[in-house]
Amino acid sequence: MDAILSEIIAKYNYWIYVVLMMIGFYAMIGKNNLVKKLLGMNIFQTAIILMFISSGVKKGGLIPVLDKQAALEHGVNSALINNPVPHVLMLTAIVVSVSVTGVALALMQRIYRRYGTLEENEILEKMDR
Amino acid sequence: MSPTNLHMYALAAPLIGAFAVMVVGRYSRRAVAPLVLGVLSFSFAAALTVFLQVLSGGGFRYVVGNWLAPYGIELSVDHLGSLMQLLVSGVALTASVSAVKSVAKDLEDRQHLFFTLYLILIAGLHGLVLTADAFNVYVLLEIASITAYGLIALGKGRAVVSSFNYVIMGSTGACFYLLGIGYLYILTGTLNMADLARIIPTLESGAALATAFSFCIVGLWIKMAFFPLHVWLPNAYSDMPDGAAVLVAPLMTKVTIYLMIRFMFSIFSPAYEFIQHAGVQQIVVGVAAVGIVCASAMALAQKNLRRMLTYLIVAEVGYMVGGVWLANAQGMTGAILHIVNDALMTLCLFLAVSAIAYHEGALDFHRLRGLYRRMPVTMAAFTVGALSMIGVPPTCGFFSKWYLILGGIEAGQWLYVGALIFSSLVNAVLFFRVIEIAYFRMPDADAPGTGHGAVQVREAPAMMLQPLVVAAAALIGVGLATGPLVQHVIRVALPGGF
Repeated sequence: MDAILSEIIAKYNYWIYVVLMMIGFYAMIGKNNLVKKLLGMNIFQTAIILMFISSGVKKGGLIPVLDKQAALEHGVNSALINNPVPHVLMLTAIVVSVSVTGVALALMQRIYRRYGTLEENEILEKMDR
Repeated sequence: MSPTNLHMYALAAPLIGAFAVMVVGRYSRRAVAPLVLGVLSFSFAAALTVFLQVLSGGGFRYVVGNWLAPYGIELSVDHLGSLMQLLVSGVALTASVSAVKSVAKDLEDRQHLFFTLYLILIAGLHGLVLTADAFNVYVLLEIASITAYGLIALGKGRAVVSSFNYVIMGSTGACFYLLGIGYLYILTGTLNMADLARIIPTLESGAALATAFSFCIVGLWIKMAFFPLHVWLPNAYSDMPDGAAVLVAPLMTKVTIYLMIRFMFSIFSPAYEFIQHAGVQQIVVGVAAVGIVCASAMALAQKNLRRMLTYLIVAEVGYMVGGVWLANAQGMTGAILHIVNDALMTLCLFLAVSAIAYHEGALDFHRLRGLYRRMPVTMAAFTVGALSMIGVPPTCGFFSKWYLILGGIEAGQWLYVGALIFSSLVNAVLFFRVIEIAYFRMPDADAPGTGHGAVQVREAPAMMLQPLVVAAAALIGVGLATGPLVQHVIRVALPGGF
């Protein structure tokens, strides 16, 4: 039991992302309302973004902005600097996630105009008729 | 325009064209069609030149913006990549000729917006077939998918709901892929495919690597609608406007299968998938076989021509995924050849469907009666596409299926071989049923354009017939050229280890 607990505490950031991801996944699959499905998708994406970001952070790490003079003279100790690449990648992923959300909201607006509801079972009922 | 960056022009032309179409289209609707066709013709000519160059001089890697790999983004213009680029640009050009006409009818004053999305989608596909950077694949995949969501939502009826379901499924797939890339980045610290391939064999952590691999592969499977992750595809593809279906149906799934090949053999290696994890291959080929059988059976239950074709796409995805996972040279050859052939067959059939729908509207089977008399050219081309789908020799569908079956026998995957043969038989039943209805059954007396005796020929406009005839000719042409194609392109393109 202690071994499991210390394992969880040592890598708590990854456990948080797993829990968030499962919440998002549940909302996407289990919820009936389309807005909730979309929110679930957003939580899912955010969890992955958090995982990437936390993978780049180091204990006591500094921001990756270097003094050019010092870097040229003494070199760079990469253990002291947070890895900027995951952050940069996630900027792109956030852009993707925002665009998907935008498209999905626009679609939802049209669904609402057509069927007058955003509950999936009611839409399916009206579709059959 | 130096010859080494011609492939970039092929990619950039539709992207720049997209914005030009949007701006110009506001002021003049007439300028849209020439602009779209001009941009895509240029792109096709460039892709053809690059392909011929690669054939004579071999493939090369290209560094975008002179940021050197592994930090910058690299493109790999090799035999497989340039073949795919030629396929994408060729299919896009052919499809757009027909789309210009059907979109003018379906979406009168929103043509320019439609073609903006259409061209961005094509640019995304060009990027996907060239890129040699794992994260770049994610971004381009989403560019292609988001535009596809928009195009699907332009359809009639419940297209919006189908599109929304596709958004949820497609984003889940992309998220899984992104997650897998995250694991790979944490393990290796790089995103360049060649660099990843160099580092991965030196890693010791088996479980984390296997997790990364399975997340990425499952993500791609969702995107390509591999059975049982296919549920979004039939609705989305049958509700799309005709102009979008002729582009999206032939290309999207096929390009994703190409990405799976890239991911499995340019990042990981055949040794990783087939020797270190020897049991997995059996399961995947088994699932592919079950998928082929189930999708064919579901196609049999459809009463609408276009819906029937969408289930056949799902079955064809099973062919190719199974072929790749057979793990022998015959199977791989068959899978790559089938990517080309299936794109052309689907193009031909969807062009035919779009030409039929131009006058007939809905495509339920009972409305197809007497169609051979009303639309002889369209139905002749449709028959060629159908024969290719069944696998009748002079058409190209036969040859790739032949390689796949040979590969299946060599690997001893009898279930897969059986599924292929079963699916061919089902295809024969499906298409002969359509042909029988359209050729022998007489239309109802009150149907338009028919009287007693004299039946009027009422073909779709020439702009829809020409691409259809070209596509049907390509099916036979590629079929006859299978020998040189396999020998000079696909055998060279096979990843190391085969």
